[in-house]
Amino acid sequence: MMVDNVFLALQSVDEARYIVEAIEDDNPEAKIEYQPAMMRITAPGRLTIKRSTVSEKMGRDWDPQELQLVLVTFGGNVDETDDEFTLYWGEYSKQD
Amino acid sequence: MQIDIKSLNIKPIRQTYSHVARRIGPDKPASRYQEATFDLQPTTNFHYRPTWQPQYTIYDENRTAIVMDDWYKLLDPRQYYYGNYVMARARQQDAADQNFTFVEKRGLLDLMPDEVKQEVIEFIMPLRHYEWGANMNNTQICTFGYGTAITGPAMFQAADRLGMAQYITRIGLLLSGNETDVLDKAKESWLHAGKWQGLRHVVEDSFVVEDWFELYLLQNFVLDGMLHPLFFDRYEQKLNRQGGAAQAMLTEFMSTWYTESCRWVDKQLSVAAAESDANRELLTQWYGKWIDRACESLMPLAAEMLEDGQQVLDEIRTQLDARASKIGING
Amino acid sequence: MSKRLNLKERYKHMTRLGWETTYQSMDDVFPYDTYEGIKVKDWDAWEDPFRMTMDSYWKYQGEKEKKLYAIIDAFAQNNGHTNLSDGRYLNALKLFLQGVTPLEYQAHRGFAHNGRHMRGEGARVACQMQSLDELRHAQTQIHTISHYNKHFNGFHEFPHWHDRVWYLSVPKSFFDDARTAGPFEFMIAVGFSFEYVLTNLLFVPFMSGAAFNGDLSTVTFGFSAQSDEARHMTLGLEAMKFMLEQHEDNVPIVQRWIDKWTWRGYKVLSLIAAMQDYMLPESPMSWKEAWEVYFEENGGALFNDLARYGIRPPKYLEVCAAEKDHLSHQVWGVLYNYAAPAAMHTWIPDDRKLDWLSEKYPDTFDKYYRPRFLHWREMEKQGKRFYNGSLPMLCQLCQIPMAFTEMDDFTQTCFRTSEYKDDKYHFCSDGCKDIFDYEPEKYVQAWLPVHQIYQGNCGGPTLDDVLKWYQFNVGSDNFDYVGSEDEARWNDLQGKGEKPADKSAA
Repeated sequence: MMVDNVFLALQSVDEARYIVEAIEDDNPEAKIEYQPAMMRITAPGRLTIKRSTVSEKMGRDWDPQELQLVLVTFGGNVDETDDEFTLYWGEYSKQD
Repeated sequence: MQIDIKSLNIKPIRQTYSHVARRIGPDKPASRYQEATFDLQPTTNFHYRPTWQPQYTIYDENRTAIVMDDWYKLLDPRQYYYGNYVMARARQQDAADQNFTFVEKRGLLDLMPDEVKQEVIEFIMPLRHYEWGANMNNTQICTFGYGTAITGPAMFQAADRLGMAQYITRIGLLLSGNETDVLDKAKESWLHAGKWQGLRHVVEDSFVVEDWFELYLLQNFVLDGMLHPLFFDRYEQKLNRQGGAAQAMLTEFMSTWYTESCRWVDKQLSVAAAESDANRELLTQWYGKWIDRACESLMPLAAEMLEDGQQVLDEIRTQLDARASKIGING
Repeated sequence: MSKRLNLKERYKHMTRLGWETTYQSMDDVFPYDTYEGIKVKDWDAWEDPFRMTMDSYWKYQGEKEKKLYAIIDAFAQNNGHTNLSDGRYLNALKLFLQGVTPLEYQAHRGFAHNGRHMRGEGARVACQMQSLDELRHAQTQIHTISHYNKHFNGFHEFPHWHDRVWYLSVPKSFFDDARTAGPFEFMIAVGFSFEYVLTNLLFVPFMSGAAFNGDLSTVTFGFSAQSDEARHMTLGLEAMKFMLEQHEDNVPIVQRWIDKWTWRGYKVLSLIAAMQDYMLPESPMSWKEAWEVYFEENGGALFNDLARYGIRPPKYLEVCAAEKDHLSHQVWGVLYNYAAPAAMHTWIPDDRKLDWLSEKYPDTFDKYYRPRFLHWREMEKQGKRFYNGSLPMLCQLCQIPMAFTEMDDFTQTCFRTSEYKDDKYHFCSDGCKDIFDYEPEKYVQAWLPVHQIYQGNCGGPTLDDVLKWYQFNVGSDNFDYVGSEDEARWNDLQGKGEKPADKSAA
């Protein structure tokens, strides 16, 4: 069965570039399109942004709540914890 | 690319929107506050009646007995629109955060005598429910009020009250080392302890007040006007004397907020009172109706909190009466 | 040592501040959240969408506003309006300020209503934050566009127009409908259908359009507003799932609302379709492409996901699919026809634009629409620019003039009727007729601009009377772009002198 894509669009600003790098590291199936003024990221079924990876890229502690400063839009169900922000379709089950 | 500077015609053809110009005079630049506020709420040609209140239109002047010939007279002396409101609160929350961090890092709570801590838990924690009630009432004023001049700031007031309920919650969690049963106990007191019932009763009665301007006076002038000075000024002074200085640092937001809020509230009421004798009489009548209730409801709390509770309450009442008569409400 | 509370636990304590009232009954305190028939067994099962406390709300929003106003100031100081691609672009902004900004305001008051009148505290807190955000959007839009208002026409009376002018009754009646519904229906109407399913079709065209056409300030407020939108989308989705999970009896009610509000939103967006394909001098994406990406693809994934709740995709999607090749052209035709009573300019696209439309709509544009525009261009060359002097019949439901055609015969206007209490009502589509038939007592109340003019409620019987009542500066705010003050001013700014540019050059 085909899995639907979740997606995320981020503004093309400096902070967002680190987030995109982190997404690429943690979500090998994610595809990134660079559009005017924004970046559109799609991934089959599920996409996770990890605090630890973004923080490492940025060189400072990054709180997933800061995501909203650069978020344009998304598609999928959301789960947010202290440590990660996840988009998913279907029932949510925590992955390691 | 070449630009012929001489032909560049960048002189504006008007200074502001026409509805704003009609109010402030033509050819005058308008402030951000004015452009964000004047005539923003729709006034006419509504398509359908609310299924939840078919006796009114969506925005209806008749949801209060107060009559204004122009609801945009109720201007905010702070000139808040969303942008300068959140920027002002962002600065205050930054200061509050630093205070919380300072108290935590320096272990100031360890210096606070246990009985003071207990008092804070007993007398301040249940106020998170009071603030939540104030949040509900100001949200109600935003939805049922008339004209952006008062309904916009009412929503800011509602947000402030939620913020204060959360600051109080944070104090509880800080005092207890994140043991959340202090919150449960506070709720238990709010619901069942005799001394809180008068206050809870008047708060619940406020939830069903139908006239939103009466509710405005009841919540923001009468109840706050008695309660905030009692808890966050007089009682705090007492805690201070007993070694509870840290508490005053943690509630600094409340005291700055209260001073600011009074300016807004007094302005709204005085403009409404100045509009007509009928308005003035209504406000006077409402004040008379609620002020005694408010004092009675706080009496058992004041009596336990302060040795001279009755006297303190009388003093606060006298001050509020004076505020009222300055506004034009005859006490 | 203190216990550590994670984000979810902490947020719960920060927001579960309510109590079961006893001095007044809960039903008196919350009188409006039961009559729609939505059954809620347990408000505590509410999943908080974004867990933001007030202090972090102030912090993040304050930061956003600081950045935004710095750009708005810089834009005005540097006369940023001189950098637009073309003066025609301004009309997209006019439509936005007249048609969309007042909806943001309505959403602000509507979410305040839900923020007070839904019984669950978690839902109320989320609605209150959205209420604040929506006020933000209305006010930042007014501030951003303020600079354009100082230099161009068609902006200066936007609240007055929103309450009166015929095409603005399309968005106004949409939101009045949502505002007058109960709190749960409002959540599906605005929170879910509008914010989650359709918002990308509204904002992405406007914002990428602004980016393509040199409008720095609109790009900035758009993206800044859009960052709040992520919270709103989550709230809409959570609210809907909450209703579905609470009781199986809620499923058919929610389904009916999804059908209704997707269709109603789609109709409002037809104005955006025309804006996107015709008003933007430089177009990043056609309406059809936007529909395919943001509705068919993303919306499709969403409805696949909702199937497990027994929810199917909204009704009439096949109509939308067939119409995507026609919608913007038909609506632009209407706007072109009725440019006299409109507070914005319309025009015949130049050849470059016509060719772009042919490329984007290969199956329909040259066959049905190019000939019509060329005919109107010919009339204009002869000094007889076509202005329709009659008043159109409006759809009783969506209030758009009856101009949509049958999808199996593009020469035939789609026309449906219903009778209610001995009166006949007219609709542009099966979707609109369906909504009326379910709740006729609501929709017979509609303030239909054309009816109102006939009844003498709009200043008088002649066009001049109506335009005066609209408070138009006649000849400045309305009519064709060609020959307008806006055009002269734009050309002047470009150093092209007073003469209008040769618009058919290509």
